[in-house]
Amino acid sequence: MKSDRVLKWFLYGYLALVLIFIFAPIIFSVIFSFNSDRFPTIPLGSFSLKWYETIWQDPDVWEAARTSLIVSFSVAIIATLLGFATAYTDYRYRFKLKPLYLALILLPPTIPLIIMALAMLAWFAKIGLAGKVISIIIAHSVLTAPFAMAIIRLRLSQMDVTLEAAAWNLGADQWRALRRVIVPFCQPAIVSSFCLTAAVSFDEFAIAWFISGLNKTIPVIILEIVTGNIDPQVNAIGSFVFLTSITLVVIAQVVLMTRGKKEKVNHG
Amino acid sequence: MSVSNHPTETPSPGHTPIKRRYRSDLFRQALRLPIVIWQGLFFIAPLCFLVAMSFFIVRNYRMTEAFEMKNWFKMLSRDYFWDSYGLTIGLATLATLVVTTVAFPAAYTLAFRVSEATRRRAIFLLIIPFFTSYLVRIFSWYVILAESGVINAMLGYIGLGPYVMLNTKFGTIIGYMTLTLPLVIILQTFSLANIDRRLVEAAHNLGCRPWRTIIRVVLPLAKTGFIIAAVFCFILSFGDFVSPYYLGGSKPPTLPILIVDTVKSGQQWPRAAVVAVVMMVTLFIVAFGGIAAAYRRRTA
Repeated sequence: MKSDRVLKWFLYGYLALVLIFIFAPIIFSVIFSFNSDRFPTIPLGSFSLKWYETIWQDPDVWEAARTSLIVSFSVAIIATLLGFATAYTDYRYRFKLKPLYLALILLPPTIPLIIMALAMLAWFAKIGLAGKVISIIIAHSVLTAPFAMAIIRLRLSQMDVTLEAAAWNLGADQWRALRRVIVPFCQPAIVSSFCLTAAVSFDEFAIAWFISGLNKTIPVIILEIVTGNIDPQVNAIGSFVFLTSITLVVIAQVVLMTRGKKEKVNHG
Repeated sequence: MSVSNHPTETPSPGHTPIKRRYRSDLFRQALRLPIVIWQGLFFIAPLCFLVAMSFFIVRNYRMTEAFEMKNWFKMLSRDYFWDSYGLTIGLATLATLVVTTVAFPAAYTLAFRVSEATRRRAIFLLIIPFFTSYLVRIFSWYVILAESGVINAMLGYIGLGPYVMLNTKFGTIIGYMTLTLPLVIILQTFSLANIDRRLVEAAHNLGCRPWRTIIRVVLPLAKTGFIIAAVFCFILSFGDFVSPYYLGGSKPPTLPILIVDTVKSGQQWPRAAVVAVVMMVTLFIVAFGGIAAAYRRRTA
């Protein structure tokens, strides 16, 4: 059994290395954002906040942050509404062409972003929505609705199907049953979908870069700085971006997990 | 509240069709149609328009709607297009092989060697990077891999290097791994965790050695999930322009870079559309081939 022990520790070490590989760029980016050198390396230079000061004083960054917030907030609302309606339809109804219906909503993430970006650019130019903030919102909603749908659908599959029927029998019409039974039950999934779709939208750069025109979002600013030169400003903006999206993702996961646990305890 | 509206029949479970005579159609359609309209207008229409656009022509820097094969002939007759095509397929294939191999021991550990709580925590961690700025992570790799970057500085202490890692295929693959490794580990872990443990134990009890068990029992049982993970890895790598551009040096450009260059440096949207359509066709073939292989029953 000694060889099994060795194998076990080897595998643990391997797993740790893989996780280090995955998180190294995030961690280094944060470290470098506080580093005075223009080209950070080891040994590190002195501690400095100058990159943060640079972006703090940059009106373009503020403008982009404002656009990004508006976009990701709107996207989260639209995508979650669409995802909820679709998940409920899939949960409750059976109809012809349903596979096609599901394909329609689940397909967007499998199309490379760069292709979506080009298609959206051309289409929005054609229908007169080129370079508007609303077009970024629309494009990101298409992209993120499948995530919302998947999260809420998973939650619905945990639901006791008789709950809604009980509400009907007690005299609630379908809208009321939806509002008073289904929505409260799905609430953790709705919160979670809201956070995750916001996070995806907040980080998306390919489509935003192609269609945003003058309304740049934060990732588009980052892309433009990166294309120019090595500039540690990116690490400072990046740290903000990481902080925002990690917060959103952690909230999403914690909300889903703790609710699930509570119910397990109640049922058990 | 209108009582006439409420369903009076026996409650039906979610998956059985509910037939009704009263007007519940409004409710039903109000939930079903928004996504159809939305995705129709802003997902299907743009993609169809993209295909149509590949036949448009550009005159005097203006795009005119037409139906001509000019862009197709122009792009498909160029050597640089086929160079890019071969490179993109080659890199995406390499990334798929590398990521699948690198992910497996990690997924195996998570599926078989740790407690369920640890597995959940690890998955929790692996989901995070999926939603964090890929662009900033690639920039970070750029600094780490540079000739005077962190890795070469560390290697310098033990008297090695410096190695050129940027603007190489190695750099591109590191970037693709950053993009796809977490997802592939998650998918592999799920498909391994769903294997019937008794089959693995049976192999063990019958005296099958660990390696042989993995190759003859575990991998065939987890095949479907592994192939789907690999297909995702291929699709993501094939469509990414950031890694081959910033870490790979873009010489020659991959197809996604070709699209970016064509769009950003001129009015040649129709030519970019040709590249995009070729990419989509390729991905459909890979995806369907992959899915067919994933669900094919093992003969013999």
